[in-house]
Amino acid sequence: MPITESDIRKIAQLAHLEITEEELRAYTPQIAEIVTYVEQLNALDTSAVEPSTGGLTPEGERTTADRADEAQPSLGQELALDQAPDPASGHFRVPKVL
Amino acid sequence: MDFSEYSIETLRSRLSNGEARARFVVESSLDSAEKLNETLNAFLQIDRAGALARADEIDSSKNLRNAPLAGVPVAIKDNICVRGLQASCGSRILGPYHPPYSATAIERLQKAGAVIIGKTNCDEFAMGSSNENSAFGAVKNPWDTARVPGGSSGGSAAAVAAGIVPAALGSETGGSVRQPASLCGIVGFKPTYGRISRYGLVAFASSLDQIGIFGRKVSDIASVLGIVAGRDTHDATTADVPVPDYVGELAGDIKGARIGFPRELFGEGLDDEVRAAVLKTIEAYRELGAEIVEVELPHAKYCIAVYYIIATAEASSNLARYDGVRYGFRAEEAKDLKHMYRATRDEGFGAEVKRRIMLGTYVLSSGYYDAYYRKAQQVRTLIKHDFLRAFETCDAVLTPTTPTTAFLIGEKTDDPLAMYLNDIYTCTANLAGIPGINVPCALSSEGLPIGFQLLGAHWSEPTLFRLADAYERAHPFEARPRVHVASASE
Repeated sequence: MPITESDIRKIAQLAHLEITEEELRAYTPQIAEIVTYVEQLNALDTSAVEPSTGGLTPEGERTTADRADEAQPSLGQELALDQAPDPASGHFRVPKVL
Repeated sequence: MDFSEYSIETLRSRLSNGEARARFVVESSLDSAEKLNETLNAFLQIDRAGALARADEIDSSKNLRNAPLAGVPVAIKDNICVRGLQASCGSRILGPYHPPYSATAIERLQKAGAVIIGKTNCDEFAMGSSNENSAFGAVKNPWDTARVPGGSSGGSAAAVAAGIVPAALGSETGGSVRQPASLCGIVGFKPTYGRISRYGLVAFASSLDQIGIFGRKVSDIASVLGIVAGRDTHDATTADVPVPDYVGELAGDIKGARIGFPRELFGEGLDDEVRAAVLKTIEAYRELGAEIVEVELPHAKYCIAVYYIIATAEASSNLARYDGVRYGFRAEEAKDLKHMYRATRDEGFGAEVKRRIMLGTYVLSSGYYDAYYRKAQQVRTLIKHDFLRAFETCDAVLTPTTPTTAFLIGEKTDDPLAMYLNDIYTCTANLAGIPGINVPCALSSEGLPIGFQLLGAHWSEPTLFRLADAYERAHPFEARPRVHVASASE
């Protein structure tokens, strides 16, 4: 099923992106063309193939990422807030939610 | 004094025997960065004060002076965190962001005495094959400033090609080091997945991303990899695999090495001059005593389709963190939180990043996950198996790096799919997690560089370097671009 402008509008909403009418007209055919291109994968029978999730190398998969459950030094409040656009009394301040 | 033809080894010996001081080397690198940046737009930040202070520190400390990269100037792609410097990722959405910590690769480089002279321009969040997607303007190719340097690590590639630094870090998700290295006539390397820590590399597509290295010589890449490689507890995807002496393993004889030749990758879509030049390198290997064996990679042709599902899906998730709350840019005057998110992302992200976030959101959305993402991960397995099978009969597979030489700025910006096809020879390595290296081999009739790449099995970096180094010794690539330190200082 070809992608329509209303699909793109919905996807943009899901992705928290605001797009203009002009962008909508540009993106729709481009994304439709890319989706058509990637659908060439449907020609392959992959019913018996495991998806590649997890480690890409056997050595990577064998490497354990566990460590002792002990507190480690971290950034700290001051540094963590240092780059915030609107910090206030030790918090990240944002516009009203409701 | 012009250091632009020095290998790291030569530079190090001049520095350690007192013929040159770190301050002098670093200052001349900074001078050329500042001077050539007007033409190339390769740097987003040049850290003169910090780099000179570090150089002085090296000159005045005997211990530091003996460190393996002491006084060697390097440039870092602007999506890798360096404490004290900016990290814009070529995007507006990071605003004035200065990371509070350094990437593990950076800490290791600095501990080894390397001096960071600046942060290099790149496609926004490393998404692009031409560097035209940077919010801060395109980088120009030093060979012809009307052309792209490739992407996404175009700034790092241009800085090395122009002779400003002997080595630079970039990042690879689908070819973003090898492809610009090819278009700029230098060596570009992508390691095995898990070889270099990604801690402090801004995430794009986590199952594909790796930090990569640019240099003018294979031995320089080997020197830098030996420093930055290895297990890091901050990155659970780094593997517990010993780091060999990459430099020590060079200069070996390659007689009897087996080079895999995948005939089907030399067909349609490949520029005639590039094909001829790369086929010549196969002959060159034969003359060096290697055996050429035909290999088949029947699923390689699906790599772009697989790549653009997996990379965009992972990107849509990774880039959800840019919401104007904790760091970077925030749009003003939004009436509530939801509108603040949307306005921030609308004003902060460029067109290609939005396109990929939407594509990724689409392929992961309810009802489509199995049809796209799962399917792509299955074909990814087939691509990986193709390579593993090929490596049963050969030590490395040789292919072109890019389908054409550097194209004109603006030539492909309106056609995203045509742009994506630039990665057709490179993105297989990212999907399979294997290492790859671009080596420059010829100039086209228009005077533009052509490169070939060698792809090896997981952890086969010593073999790849030995093979690449053997070619380089027999056929040194001596041409230099028009925009270059040597011509600028005349």
